[in-house]
Order: sequence, then structure tokens, then C-alpha cells
Amino acid sequence: MVEFTLWDILRNLLLATRWTIALSLVSFIGGGIVGALLLFVRIGGSRVARLFAKGYVELFQGAPLLMQLFLAFFGLGLFGIDVPAWLAAGVALVLWTAAFLAEIWRGCVESIARGQWEASSSLGMGYIQQMRWVILPQALKVAVPPTVGFSVQVVKGTALTSIIGFVELSKAGSVVTNATFQPFTVYGLVALIYFALCWPLSKSSQMLERKLNVAHRDH
Amino acid sequence: MTYQFDFGWLLPYMTVLLKGIGITLQLILVGAVLGVALGTACAWVRALGPVWLKPVVAGYVELIRNTPFLIQLFFIFFGLPSLGVQMSELTAANLAMIVNLGAYSCEIVRAGIQATPRGQFEAGASLAMTPFETFWHVVLIPALQRIWPALSSQIVIVMLGSAVVSQIAAEDLTFAANFIQSRNFRAFETYFVSTLIYLALAILLRQALSGLGWALFPKKKA
Repeated sequence: MVEFTLWDILRNLLLATRWTIALSLVSFIGGGIVGALLLFVRIGGSRVARLFAKGYVELFQGAPLLMQLFLAFFGLGLFGIDVPAWLAAGVALVLWTAAFLAEIWRGCVESIARGQWEASSSLGMGYIQQMRWVILPQALKVAVPPTVGFSVQVVKGTALTSIIGFVELSKAGSVVTNATFQPFTVYGLVALIYFALCWPLSKSSQMLERKLNVAHRDH
Repeated sequence: MTYQFDFGWLLPYMTVLLKGIGITLQLILVGAVLGVALGTACAWVRALGPVWLKPVVAGYVELIRNTPFLIQLFFIFFGLPSLGVQMSELTAANLAMIVNLGAYSCEIVRAGIQATPRGQFEAGASLAMTPFETFWHVVLIPALQRIWPALSSQIVIVMLGSAVVSQIAAEDLTFAANFIQSRNFRAFETYFVSTLIYLALAILLRQALSGLGWALFPKKKA
């Protein structure tokens, strides 16, 4: 039997971590773009469009991410596409992230005083102009900490893609366990690597919250 | 698209689905009650508990909140047996959910406790209550009332997250769906229906929790 040193295990896990990071980045950026579109529709679209955006958010927040991954994996296949795991994983995570980010950002936009909308409207600004020059610059300050905080959920969410066969950190953990028969060490290390990825994000979210909240302190 | 949707294939598996729903509900019931209890105990430690215990609880909370539930589950089910701690799939799933919700609810309850006005503690002390009595009778109930909506959301999130316990062969709703689609090869339909069931469960659970909130914390008459 081959003997595995701790370094062998760690090296393989770290190599797989690249895919966790890549998928997290794709999901977060893609989700951010789709989420921003949803936000615009949710706030300023027609009644039907607003309802659609609301339904979208409810649907994706109310169903398990795992089910969404399964549906993406098997659903895309119905169109006759041979679906590689990374594609299903990317699509599902982008759509899921978009729902949460749209909802987080909606809260931030709504925290901007009503008078700001009215003032900019009285200056003759259209919806896009109001958003671009008045609302978003203010909402952005409120939005940064929870957005960074949510990125932790995205990184953790990528772990589920191992179930549809995408080889990232969690899947690598299972594979390495099956080769080494050391589940305690391997899953312990996997957990520590996730922690190393997520903890700085959590901490910076907390720090940003403290730093950007200066104006609202002592309320 | 030449694929024909056919949901009729699901009918013979109704009992399997129902059994899965039952297990999912049982998991969240046990997980929610014990998880919130654990979280409350941890929140007490972080707010008012002995100094030496605080870093331990802080470490636990940070570790759980920054690692995926799936890995916590695998660690408990596959990792712990090498330390001689062996348990059934269902116990492992329950334990993982309790530990997970415990960490999140600790932070939520702590926020509620910290929002308690200083005077409430002092009033308790002036009535000769011990710090623990003050915490139990004076601080905790209003704190829970304050954070009930956040706590409810977290419980729903944990319920949705419980879908992954199928990966250690705990026979929940997702496990039932996996089983059915391996028999009828109707993967999309099966997962579509189970997604709708999860959606319904999430809505029902949210309603039930807000009802429970009304019952536990009746609005005081002014």
C-alpha cells in the first residue's frame, strides 16, 4: 500500500482549492451582474417586471441550493446539451447568488431617504440618472459590508457542487479520503482551508461595517 | 426539445416522498429546538459567562460560521469514528444541524442580549437577583422577542441546508428524490417536484415560526 504523508494530502487539497476559488469568483461576479439587473427591475420596473423579480428572489431563496444544482444539471441536459459539471455548477451558483445579492442591495437602496428620490426627480432626472448619481453612491456605502459578508456564503455554497461531480476542495477531500483512509485528518484540513478562505472575508465585513457606519454611530 | 415531461411516474413513489418529508421535518424540529438552546447557552457565555469560556465559544462560532455545512457533516460522520465516536446517519445529521444552528443562533441571540438597556440589569440586581436570575427572568425573553424574526430566517436556512444530509445516506426528502430518480430515470421531474415541496416546507415553516412567535411573546397591552 502507498503511504501518504501529510504534505501529499495537503498538496492535493490545495491544488483543488484553486477550483473552489475560481468557482467562487465566477459565481460572485456573475451573480453580482445578474443581481444588479434584478435590482433595477425590482425597484423601477413595471408592475409585472417587479413581480417577476420578487418571485425570482422568493424562488431561489426558498429552495435548497442543492436542488437548484440538480435542476441545473439535469434541466440543461434536457436541451440536448451534454452538461459538464462545471457548467451546471456555474449556472446554478450565479442564479442563486443573484437572488441573494439583489435582495441585500434592495434593502440598501430602500434605506436611502425617500426625499432623495423626490429631490432628484424634481431636478428632472430620469430613473437611471437618479440611480447613477444620487441613490447608488449613497447605497453603496451601506451595501459593502453585507455584500462582503455574503461572499462567505458563496464560498461555502461552492462545496455543494462536489455533489454533482465538480472537483473542487470538498470533492478532493472525498477522493483523498478514499485513497488514504484518513477521514479525520483530511476533512479536518478541508475545514481549515475553507476557514482560511472565509474567515478573512467575515472579519473584513465586520471591520468595514464598523468603519463605514461612522455617520450612523450613537443612534 | 423533444423531451416529453411526465410526472405520472412519481405517483407510485408517493410514500417514499412522504417518508422523506417526515425525516426532513423531524431533523429540523430536533435541530431547531436543541440548536437554539445551544445557541442561547453560548450567547450567555459570550455576554455574561465565565471569562475562560469566552474564547472557546468564540472559536466554535467562528469555526462553524466559516466552514461549509457539508464538511461539518462529513467530519462528524466520517471523521469522528476514527476517534471512536460512531453514530448512525440520522444522529450525525441531527448533531451537525444542532452544532451548525447553535453557532449562528449564538450570534443572533447575543445581538438581542446586547440590545438590552443597562438599566434592566441594574434593576434586576437591585431586586437582589443573581446575575443568572436576571439573565433568565429579565434579559432573555425580551431579547428572544427582539431577534425572533432573524432566528426564524436562520432556522429556515438550516432546514434548506439539511438537503445535503442525503450525502451521508440520512433518508431525508433529497435522499427520497435521489432514490426515485434512480428508479424512474425522470431526474428533472423528480427534482422539480422535490424543489416545490422544499419551497412549500420553507413557507410553512416560516408561518409556523411566526405563529409560535405570537404565542410565545404576546404583545403587552399598553
